[in-house]
Amino acid sequence: MSITYLEAIREAQAHALRDDPRVFIYGQDVGAFGGAFKATKNLAKEFPGRVFDAPISEDAMVGLAVGAAIEGMRPIVEMQFADFSTVGFNQVVNQAATLFWRTQVSCPITVRLPFGGTSGSGPFHSQCIEAIYAHYPGIVVLTPATVEDAYSMLLAAVATNDPVIFCEHKFLYYHLKAEKLPSEALPIGKARIAREGRDLTIVTYSAMVHEALAAATELATEGWEIEVVDLRSVKPLDTDTVVASVARTGRLLCVGEAWPWGGVTAEVIARVSAESYGLLDAPPQRLNAKDTPVPYHPNLWAAHRPTARSVAAAARKLLRF
Amino acid sequence: MLQSVTEPGTIGTAQLAAYRFMLRARLLDDKFAALYRAGKIHGGVFLGRGQEALSAAIGVSLNPSDVFAPLIRDAAGRLAFGETIIDAVRTYMGSALGPMRGRDGNVHRGNPQAGYLPMISHLGAMVSVVNGVLFARRMKGVTGIVGVACLGEGATSTGSFHEALNQAAVEKLPLVLVIANNQYAYSTPNDRQFACADLADKAAGYGVEPHSVAGNDFSACLEIVGRAVARARAGHGPQLVVASLLRLCGHGEHDDAGYIVPELKNSPLGRDCLKLAEDFLLKEKITDAAQLAVWRSEAIREIEDAVAQVQREPTPDPFAENWTALATENLAEGRE
Repeated sequence: MSITYLEAIREAQAHALRDDPRVFIYGQDVGAFGGAFKATKNLAKEFPGRVFDAPISEDAMVGLAVGAAIEGMRPIVEMQFADFSTVGFNQVVNQAATLFWRTQVSCPITVRLPFGGTSGSGPFHSQCIEAIYAHYPGIVVLTPATVEDAYSMLLAAVATNDPVIFCEHKFLYYHLKAEKLPSEALPIGKARIAREGRDLTIVTYSAMVHEALAAATELATEGWEIEVVDLRSVKPLDTDTVVASVARTGRLLCVGEAWPWGGVTAEVIARVSAESYGLLDAPPQRLNAKDTPVPYHPNLWAAHRPTARSVAAAARKLLRF
Repeated sequence: MLQSVTEPGTIGTAQLAAYRFMLRARLLDDKFAALYRAGKIHGGVFLGRGQEALSAAIGVSLNPSDVFAPLIRDAAGRLAFGETIIDAVRTYMGSALGPMRGRDGNVHRGNPQAGYLPMISHLGAMVSVVNGVLFARRMKGVTGIVGVACLGEGATSTGSFHEALNQAAVEKLPLVLVIANNQYAYSTPNDRQFACADLADKAAGYGVEPHSVAGNDFSACLEIVGRAVARARAGHGPQLVVASLLRLCGHGEHDDAGYIVPELKNSPLGRDCLKLAEDFLLKEKITDAAQLAVWRSEAIREIEDAVAQVQREPTPDPFAENWTALATENLAEGRE
């Protein structure tokens, strides 16, 4: 048997609904239809009265979740695409994210964002907007890169007493498979060494972990041993694991599918530079999507975001420094 | 025009209760304005002058188990829903012992677990949160409750208003959305805010029941708000109440409201609801001038005692503050 990243997300939600009567799911088309990507397939049938279709009202969807959380529920909100979550942005960053700090009443909501680029999806169905959520205090932002993490981190998100932005990568939905679901997992907030190496550290997350791993495989044929750090959660950011890796390799390349300005890669480089400047043998570098909207045509799209090839090229340049 | 809405034998009971909250709110607001002018309040002060009748009517129509999301001009409704004067003063003066502990101030106060939701400043944003509380309670099998969200007419222009009222209607939630149409959103007059003849007409577009009321007539407010709350409580779905009135002050105490045209001030809308209520209570012999004076002096004393106490209370200490925005402390960043 094998299970996809998407199926893992569905299974995690089934698990949460089964284990915790406080959990419910609210989002557009998530009911009988099972969601635009089928991440809630059959859940409305298996859990009557727990999975609700929402009107096309992202603001009100999150607002309702916050109210329900105040009442002790643990809502999961599915945004049909991460891009559309900007319509509900205010409720996330100003309502949910401030509630605990202002009132000491926690706000355990999980907002699922199907995010990231897939070929042909264009400017409004491809965005990576984890950094704008991470910018605000009071929010946990998760970016699982594996089937196992998609499952265990979604369960952890629902169990967390804070608002969680759960960034699930659409490119990984069908491509990524695992043999079985995990029975144990790293806690939220811990990064993972996805591949060990000694010459250069690539820090990345979500779908770019796989591009980085492919780049590392390619570079291994040239004799380079590349270490790949999968952040897993971009907020909190596991600076310790990143710095420990840089201490081993002396070289840092940060890779993100998101736009560069003020993003996760900038944050990682700022931290490493500030906290462990002396460990670096070369200026830290980063590779991001281009600073334009995400293009529609596959030719443009492939050149817009980092790929294994461009990651390897950036790594080679840094290794020659 | 003004009539008693109560049954014979309890003539004026509801009016008296509402009036006393109106009076206390007015006097509390007056004190905040004085403290503001004296430089004793950090940030702004936002008064409900002219809106006390509507606000008090909301508060007295609710039970403690209901849900209430007041807005900035709802001191009367807050008191009627159970807020204490001292907690209002603590929030305005930043006492560490207040419900917001100096982390938030002035009108941004509440007690979420008591169904008293602390507003954020983004207008319309609280309505869907009220929906969520009602939705969750329904999931838990709680019945017979209502939730009131207060807005001004300016908030009807927001997307949040539209999304949340539609959501409540789709879910048939016991929501009462009360619009205080006070003619100006900050300085913007109604003809730059909306183009419909009557905001209550919007109800039909959402499939919810409309109610209109003269917002400075406290008996009418008690009757109409009470009716809307009863309709929602009885399962008739969301109710939209539109109250026409005039804000008798600036947006905040920093604002002299020079933009309010004399025609409105001199119109029936510009009549002070508190004065109208007093005239009514005296004319109908529900109470007498001596009793009104006693209530006034009692309220002033309570407010002055509260201010005197709060001034001696500790203020928040940045060195003792837990600078953590997350309930899950081990996931918080930037902790020392």
